[in-house]
This record gives sequence, structure tokens and C-alpha cells, in this order.
Amino acid sequence: MDNLLALLRKACHAALLTLAVVVLNFLLIRLAPGDPVETIAGSMGGITDELRAQLRSQYGLDQPLPVQLATYVKHVLHGDLGYSYFFNLPVSGLIAERVPATLLLVLASVAVAFVLGTALGVLASRKPHGPLSQAITVLSMTGHAAPVFWSGMMLVILFASVWPILPVSDMHSMTSDGQGLAAVLDVAWHMVLPTFTLSLVYLAQYSRLSRASMLEVLGSDYIRTARAKGLSEHHVLYRHALRNALLPVVTVLGLQFGNVVAGAILVETVFNWPGLGRLAFDSILRRDYPTVLGVLLFSAIVVVLMNQLTDALYRLIDPRIRA
Amino acid sequence: MTGFAPFLPRLRHALMACALSAVAVCQAVAADTPKPGGTLVIGTTQSPRHLNGAVQSGIATAVPSTQLFASPLRFDDKWNPQPYLAESWKLAEDGKSLTLNLRHNAVFHDGKPITSEDVAFSIMTIKAKHPFQSMLAPVEKVDTPDAYTAVIRMSQPHPAILLAMSPALCPILPKHIYGDGREITTHPANSAGVVGSGPFRFAEFVPGQRIVLTRFDKFFLPGKPYLDKIVITVNPDAQSLALGMERGDIQLLPYESVSTDLKRLQNNPNLTLTRKGYEGVGALNWLAFNLDRKPLSDVRVRHAIASAIDRNFIVKALHSGFSQVADGPIVSSSPFATTDLHRYPYDLKQAEQWLDEAGYKRNAGGERMTLTIDYLPGTDEQQKNVAEYIRTQMKKIGVTVQVRASADFASWAKRISAHDFDMTMDNVFNWGDPVIGVARTYMSTNIKPVVWTNTQSYRNPKVDELLNTAAGTLDATKRRAYYATFQKIVTDDLPIFYINTTPYHTVASKKLGNLPTTIWGPASPLDEVYFK
Repeated sequence: MDNLLALLRKACHAALLTLAVVVLNFLLIRLAPGDPVETIAGSMGGITDELRAQLRSQYGLDQPLPVQLATYVKHVLHGDLGYSYFFNLPVSGLIAERVPATLLLVLASVAVAFVLGTALGVLASRKPHGPLSQAITVLSMTGHAAPVFWSGMMLVILFASVWPILPVSDMHSMTSDGQGLAAVLDVAWHMVLPTFTLSLVYLAQYSRLSRASMLEVLGSDYIRTARAKGLSEHHVLYRHALRNALLPVVTVLGLQFGNVVAGAILVETVFNWPGLGRLAFDSILRRDYPTVLGVLLFSAIVVVLMNQLTDALYRLIDPRIRA
Repeated sequence: MTGFAPFLPRLRHALMACALSAVAVCQAVAADTPKPGGTLVIGTTQSPRHLNGAVQSGIATAVPSTQLFASPLRFDDKWNPQPYLAESWKLAEDGKSLTLNLRHNAVFHDGKPITSEDVAFSIMTIKAKHPFQSMLAPVEKVDTPDAYTAVIRMSQPHPAILLAMSPALCPILPKHIYGDGREITTHPANSAGVVGSGPFRFAEFVPGQRIVLTRFDKFFLPGKPYLDKIVITVNPDAQSLALGMERGDIQLLPYESVSTDLKRLQNNPNLTLTRKGYEGVGALNWLAFNLDRKPLSDVRVRHAIASAIDRNFIVKALHSGFSQVADGPIVSSSPFATTDLHRYPYDLKQAEQWLDEAGYKRNAGGERMTLTIDYLPGTDEQQKNVAEYIRTQMKKIGVTVQVRASADFASWAKRISAHDFDMTMDNVFNWGDPVIGVARTYMSTNIKPVVWTNTQSYRNPKVDELLNTAAGTLDATKRRAYYATFQKIVTDDLPIFYINTTPYHTVASKKLGNLPTTIWGPASPLDEVYFK
């Protein structure tokens, strides 16, 4: 019963948080100068007064802001994200079309950052002042300090002109209409650079974090006990130490999921990756309010869900929390 | 007979030479004979809203729309109308009706015949919904005496009607699809399952990413189009597109204007560059003044500013020689352009003198006045860099200019449509006939809170009268004369100082034949383009 109540409370919190995100985003985007009708006029090379007025009333832009907000919230509560002003297509459709690309990029980057970051961290922790550890620290710091769009652009330059072996934009080859394995390999090939770029920042953090955490754990009593029992170093390191050392890494991973999605906007823009991030970016430039709000709402829901998932994962790794 | 003998060897030589050259000609013809097949990838930075050019103008839609939809007429590279969906046509003596005789073998992509009903429906839809209202304003109705004859009736002579029949401006829509009573500007068939009348049929439209078109087998021109498929790939980053050209991923890159990219692509042995194909859109890069604001309301101040700007420097140094100096409101490649204009040679002394005369003397700090300049974001070389250059030039004549950046198009458009600016750089298209793209900038009746109207607040009754008269003048010579007078007056009043023609180029793979070089260039059917 208590469990159920706690779950219900959590769900309530999540719903309220999401609603706050909707309202805040709605008001924030309106702070950007200009309105969607201007961008449509721009795309047409001119517009008439009549058409302008017609578009404004069609999109409800002639209503006072609170009325527009109320209408939007009402529609969202009914599960209707509305129509894109620019494309005249349902926002839900535009988002659905872009989700797979973003999910692929984000999950691959998180996986790469997590696995590689932890591995580097563990390696570094074995001889914390050795040259390998120093090298990993330098690499981590560089990766963390460089903004993703910069490292992305540097990689584009490197692989576009200096060493043109990897594709630097899009998700598919332009002429490929291949199916099956060929198409999968094509996407995988196009994924290499964006995934690497996006994972760079988090890789740095995870390696630092897991290094510190490993060092802490390795100094604790139970590790000494394990060693005293005569367990192999390998066993001590990976069975006893790493499992405990991973806790903070998993926490950060869950909390940072939102950041990764935000980073994806930049990476997608640099590599012309057809995901939600680029849709959001292009839509902001077009003042396509429904699409921007739809993407933000969708990301908010994903982040909230990911936080819940982190909680669950926590219990899985650390039995002590399973109360 | 013997008299001929000495000639025989020579004759034989001559014959052999003839034969050889015939072989050579044959080979040349063989190399230049269009072959069917192939997929053409076109790069673009702009994503179209949808694919229906009847209710959405602009080049982003025009490129796919002109492949999907045929128009009554098309134009060659010398502004001459050519038969297209209409086999022949006749503009009445009084200029108040245009008769179109349609081909009998033309069908829509769903197999239904294209009839005069469809033409009438399309023209009336365009008149009602197309953003360029002046284009078909005098059209009253379209009569359809039989299935293959359409007669456009107009309230007054309207010579621009022929150009208004162009592919980019007059797509013929299927009435049985779009005439279903739904609002056409938001019709679902604008972006999904488009049924067209042109050389290529709809396969896929992924908003913001790509458009795929495939060859229409029953196209009314026999043997055409040559290409099997066209893929239009959208990438907001122009440099990535240039890179795609270099790598061979993209074979056609229209509307490329960045000189650094052009220079790089020009040196690529696999690529070719042409500036032909942009006479129709006639894009001008200019400096607009807000005449409602002091001191710009004083014509002497505008003359002074113009004299302090060295456009040769802009063209040569800022645009690496790819653009050309523009002197008037009509691009020099238009048949309506005149060379009899007021010109403003670069002369700083003259500029200072005019400012002194206007009463704007330098103060103790050497400053005469402070102005702001805006620019269209996105094309730095054409806009931002020129604005920055103007700022430094103005400093030389004691005018302090503050450059106001806009984060994106919407921010710029907000200021300009609210007439909240002193000066702004702008990029405006002529759209072929002055009625469509030129008059809108100068008519005092078109001073509106909308971009690309007369946001300069320029008022000259003589100009209004000239533009109105020219619009309805059938006689080509007289019409040109009216527009010549207009150009002379406007370059004297100078509500706008013309900087350069936008250096649009088509970059193409050398493997492509019959590049789109008509006046509408890439915004016209690519039915003749082929892979060598």
C-alpha cells in the first residue's frame, strides 16, 4: 500500500513537472522576436496583407497570449500536439519521423561513453599516478572542456578534407535505396562521427568519475578482506570493487540524460543528422511554435521517464536500496 | 577530261576530309545525344513548406513544383515563350484575352486527362491564393469553350500574363483532387501523394530532409524526361552541400552564391559552373533607406551615402568578382532594363559636400549624424559583410553607423515589417516581369507592415502613374519606355541604393548534359537534363 502511494506521488510529481515544462516553454518561445507568419512570408518571397491576416487568424496568433496558452494546454491534455505552422503537417507525425534517428544517436553515444569511460576510469585507477592515468586525465579534460559543436566541426574538417574516409553529414547515402544489411551498414557508417562527438563530453566525465569512485572503493576494508582471502586481482577489481564504484556513475548517467539530448541538438545540426534536435533547431528559426513545443514536451517526458528508470536501475545494482 | 587529272588527288583528299569530318560530327552528335536513365541528386539549403507552387511561391517550392506540375508555357534563355502544356497560344489584339490551345495527349499522374477545366481551376486558384497578387490581378475569368481550349479574360490589357504562364508561376493542378472543397493552402495533397501534370511524379517528401521524384512514363512530351529519378536533399549548411558536390554525392547545386565555395568548386575538374538561369528571378542585393525618418528623408543625404560606397570594392574584394554591380531597380539581364540611369560614382569629397549642403555639418567630434543599418541574416557575404563595409565607409564622411545584427530571419523581418529601421541591406527578386517583382517595392499604395513591400515609405505620384500605365501597355516598345523613365526617376530619388546582382550560380557535375539555363533555370522542368 505504501509502495503504491509512493508510486502515485511520484507519478503526480512527474505530471506536474511536465505541465510546468509545457507552460514555461510556451512562454519562453514567445520571447523570440518575430512570428511564424514572417518566416512563411520569407519562404514565399513576399506575402499579401490578406494572406498574412488569414494565416494569423488560422494559427490563433491574433488572440491574446493567455487564450493561446489555454487553448494549447487543452489540446495537449487531449493528446493533440497540433499542426506545424510551417509544414501544415501534424506535429506528432513530424516527431515520430525523427525519434528513431535521435534515439539511435543518443543511446549509442551514452553506451559508448559509459562503457569506454568506465573502462578508462578503471584502467586509470589501477595506477593512479602512472603515465596511463595521466594520459587518460588529459584526454578526459580536453574532451570535457571542448564544446560539442567545436569538436564536431573539427572532426568534420578532419574527415571531410584532410582524411576523407568517413561521411560527415546525413544519416544515409543520398543515392542509397538499399535494404537490409546494406542499409544498416550505411547508417552505422554515417553514425561513427556524430556518436563519437556526442559521447566525447560524457566519456570524459564518466572516466573521471569512475576513476575517483574506484580509488575510493579500492581503499575500503572489504576490498582488503577480499584480497586477504586470496581472490585474484581480476576478481577483486571487477566483482567487488567495480560494482560498488558504478553507483555514482549510474546516477550521473541518469541525471545527465537530459544533457545528452540537449547535446544532440548541436551534434545533429553539425552533422545534418535528421533527428529531433535538428527539427527543434530549424523550427525555432521558423518560429514554428507547435513543433518546437512538441519536441520540447517529448524530450521532457523522455527525461522524466529516464530519471524514473535510473531509480529502478539503482535498486538493481545496489541491493541495499531495495527496501 | 585530262584537265581534271591534277585535281583528282586533291578531290580525293577533300572527299576524305569530308568523310572524316562527317565521322567526327557523328561522334560528336553521339556524345551529345541525350541518354535516358540515372538518378540526379540536387542539393538545397532551404526546405520547402510543401510542393504546391500554386499557393506557395519561393524557390524552395518552385524547384520540386516545376517538376511535378506542368504549366501552359515555358521560356527559353532569351525570354521567348515556348509551347509546353499549351501547344499554341494567342494574345488578343486588345490584350484583354489569352487563348491557350492545350495538348490532347496530356494526362495527370493518376492517368486522368488534363483539360481546360483544370487550367481554369488552376488559374483562378492562383489568382485567389498565390502571394504575388499583381501577377493575375486583372484576370476576371477563364472560359472553356471546349476540353482543350482555355481563354483567360482580363479587365484590362495585361502583357505580363505571358510570363505569368511560366512553370514556377502557373502550375496546372488536377481539379478532381484540389477542387474537393477543402482549403487549398493547407490541402493534404500539397505534401503527400501529390498528383501532378509534369515530367516527374511524386515518390516521397520528408519535411526538412528530402524530396524524391520519379520519371512519369506518360509525360506529354515524347521521350522525356531523360532522368529516372530526382532526389532533392536538404542541408541547411551550404558548405556541406559544396562538400557533397566535391565528393560527387550531389550532382546539381543551384542558387549557390558564396564566393569561397564557388571558387573552390570552380577549380574542381569534375564540376562546371554557370551563372545562366537566374535572369528570371533577377535577384538584387541592395541598401534600402527608410524615407520616413530624418535625415534619410533628405535626398541629398541618400545621394551622399551612395557616393561614399565603392561598389567595385564590394564586387571585387567582398564577392571575389562573382557578382556584378547593379545600377537600377531592374536587373541588367531583363529586357526591361535601361542603361540611362542616375549613377553615383565613388567620390568621398562629393559625398561630404552634399552632406554639408544638406546642413549636416561635422560637429566638434567630426560626426555629422548617427544611423543604424540592418541586414538579412544567413548570407553573410552578400549582406553582413556589405553592411560592415558600409559602416567603415560612412565613418570616412562623418556618419556613424551602428550595425544591428538579427539572430535569424524572423527577427529581421519583425523590424523591417514594423518599419523600425534607418537603413537595411536586403535581397529582393524581380520575378521576371516588373509587374510581379519590381512595382511592389515602389508603389505608394503598397506601403505595408510586411517585408518586401514598399517598407521604404517611398512616395512619388509620377512613379505610381508610370508603373500603373506600363502594367497595362501592350506595345512592347512603349512599355519599355515607361519602365525606362521609371528607372531613371527611381535612381534619382534613390529610396534604394542598388549594390549588386546576387551571384547565383548553378554548379553541376560535368557528367550532366542540358543544364537548366533558361531564364528560370532550376525553377523550371528538368525534363531535358541527362547523364552523359
